[in-house]
Amino acid sequence: MEKSAVFHNKLLPYLLLIPQLIITFVFFYWPASQAVWQSFLREDAFGLNTEFVGLENYQTLLAQPEYYKAIVTTAVFSTLVALASLSIALLFATQADKELKAAPVFKTMMMWPYAVAPAIAGVLWIFMFHPSLGTLARPLRVLGFDWNPMLNGHHALTLAVMAAVWKQIAYNFLFFLAGLQAIPKSVLEAAAIDGAKPLRRFWTVTFPLLSPTLFFLLVVNVVYVFFDTFGIIDAVTGGGPAGATTTMVYKVFADGRLGGDLGGSAAQSVILMVIVIALTAIQFRYVERKVQY
Amino acid sequence: MTVRTTAFHAVLGLAASAIVACATPAQAVTEIQWWHAMTGGNNDIVNNGARRSTASRRDYRIVPPSRGRDDESMPAATAAFRAGNAPHILQVFEVGTATMMSATGAIKPVYQLMKDAGEPFDPKAYLPAITGYYSTAKGDMLSFPFNSSSMVMWINLDALKKANIAEIPKTWPQVFEDAKKLKAAGYTTCGFSNAWATWAHIEQFSAWHNVPIGTKANGLDGFDTVLKFNSPLHIKHLQNLIDLQKDKTYDYSGRANASESRFGSGECPIFLTSSGYYATAKGTAKFAFTSAPMPYYPDVAGAPQNSIIGGASLWVMGGKKPEEYKGVAKFFAFLSDTDRQAKLHQESGYLPITKAAYEKTKASGFYEKNPTLETPLKELTNKEPTENSRGLRFGNMVQMRDIWAEELEAALAGQKSAKDALDSAVARGNAMLRTFEKTVK
Repeated sequence: MEKSAVFHNKLLPYLLLIPQLIITFVFFYWPASQAVWQSFLREDAFGLNTEFVGLENYQTLLAQPEYYKAIVTTAVFSTLVALASLSIALLFATQADKELKAAPVFKTMMMWPYAVAPAIAGVLWIFMFHPSLGTLARPLRVLGFDWNPMLNGHHALTLAVMAAVWKQIAYNFLFFLAGLQAIPKSVLEAAAIDGAKPLRRFWTVTFPLLSPTLFFLLVVNVVYVFFDTFGIIDAVTGGGPAGATTTMVYKVFADGRLGGDLGGSAAQSVILMVIVIALTAIQFRYVERKVQY
Repeated sequence: MTVRTTAFHAVLGLAASAIVACATPAQAVTEIQWWHAMTGGNNDIVNNGARRSTASRRDYRIVPPSRGRDDESMPAATAAFRAGNAPHILQVFEVGTATMMSATGAIKPVYQLMKDAGEPFDPKAYLPAITGYYSTAKGDMLSFPFNSSSMVMWINLDALKKANIAEIPKTWPQVFEDAKKLKAAGYTTCGFSNAWATWAHIEQFSAWHNVPIGTKANGLDGFDTVLKFNSPLHIKHLQNLIDLQKDKTYDYSGRANASESRFGSGECPIFLTSSGYYATAKGTAKFAFTSAPMPYYPDVAGAPQNSIIGGASLWVMGGKKPEEYKGVAKFFAFLSDTDRQAKLHQESGYLPITKAAYEKTKASGFYEKNPTLETPLKELTNKEPTENSRGLRFGNMVQMRDIWAEELEAALAGQKSAKDALDSAVARGNAMLRTFEKTVK
């Protein structure tokens, strides 16, 4: 049977698609195209003087050593956050999946941080680790460790990573737990009968069966670290010290909103958009092959 | 920024009541939007003011939504302006001046506003050290100074006693020596520090030593200014800080003023920050304290010169209705009232903007009891301002301060030498100035 037999009216499928297409257009393509257009313009903050400058914003941007520094920072920050939040969440999820009395309580508590807004999460961590006010920073300093995220870039980055990881673990935990619970017990029992120890059972049975979840989370986490960690960075370090925690998305904000350099900021958004699209494409093209559905 | 809030709400409360007083009952209420950047808060004065203002009818109502931190209120307003939705009055901190004044059409200059509205307005009634910052080269006032302050050195007197320091230090070398003594006396994590890193060590430092931050009178005479603060004096000063940072005789406290509490908590016994810190210091410090003029290097000829102001001014946005401008003008005339200015100054520590308010406070003997509050005024009027100390006006200054701070941080963290950091701050700043020049031409 031909497919066209399903829809005799040629217009109907398009009509049915329209609501979704409109939403995609209004909330994605239109703003994205605006950003691309803006990146070719030079404007003052009020939009009184607008001039088409072609690729000048990109040239200026790519001539800045700080921009390359932000790219490196982003790479380090993203890798650390994605790896740490995924592996810690996986560890917690496997532990919570066991037959424990307190497991329901444990599971519920694990999910709480996800409900905390990024900026609030940042403020919480600052309360703990501000060099002179922080409740946890003081003991550190008393012990003789010169904790100073105000001036030490590594400390600042560590702090931002910790806050971002803490925030994301809950989300990953939830998905891993669901993934673990979907693994048939019979498979694991069979492996156990064959003499596989828990660790071996995990790597040869559980982990491969969990790979679709892991793949999904990898994609989501990469997008998270690239975009959503902005609030945390703003609250924890404000991009400092000396730009040590200025990631690409934070630089977009700092240059565009605080600095009023809308063209340069738009150019950065476009580059960032291309990078994230590329990363996602790579993940789907190559990583997905290893996923066993 | 508790202090600013206090000051702000004091004014707000009073303002509301005054505008109520001149209202004619039959008229409809004209709403005046005032976006400010005050956060935190002392509520007593607000509540009093609010109670007074709601008790009667009014033809003008000042609506003051907060728009976040200092550096966020301007972007919020520019976005609103693009959407055709700007407030009537916008509070912009001093470094946003260049951006605002270049936006012809988006703003209505204050001198023009007062003339159009027929409100009595004498520019000479205001303190030139303050209004000069917000005026054109011809002396026309563009924005209305609101919360002005200058940078002073806050001193923990009990700590000085503990370290057997008899005199409050006057020069930088004395500050360094005293900070070492204080450190030995138990202030191990911070001998001295400061808030507003670039304001302290670049902007005020340059004016106080009568050396240029940039050419063209620090940008006041034109947008084609070029930065100059990588002079040997600046390098020497930064090098001193770098050396002292190593053992925390000096300890960096961040770009803004969130760490002012390090003074109030007693951690840092010598702390440079805004004179507007007074109300907070009074509320939090559990020790005797005072303020002193900023230190200087005695081997620099003519130092100290005079300090420059910081704080914020009120900009009037363009494209509003005449009756709304009339309300704004009345509000500014009201703010200039001598009694109110004097009261605001005495309660908050922010500077009086009119000569009469200063004189009145002086005559009342207030400064004998509170010498702390006269320190910034003495600094500002120490000498006749030169072209290095009148003020500064650089485009993209908000972002530029961040860049300068980045370089200072890199130097203090030992990643760069003092010279490299300042050279790079100047070079990156100049690149931004050129971009700004192109956008406003």
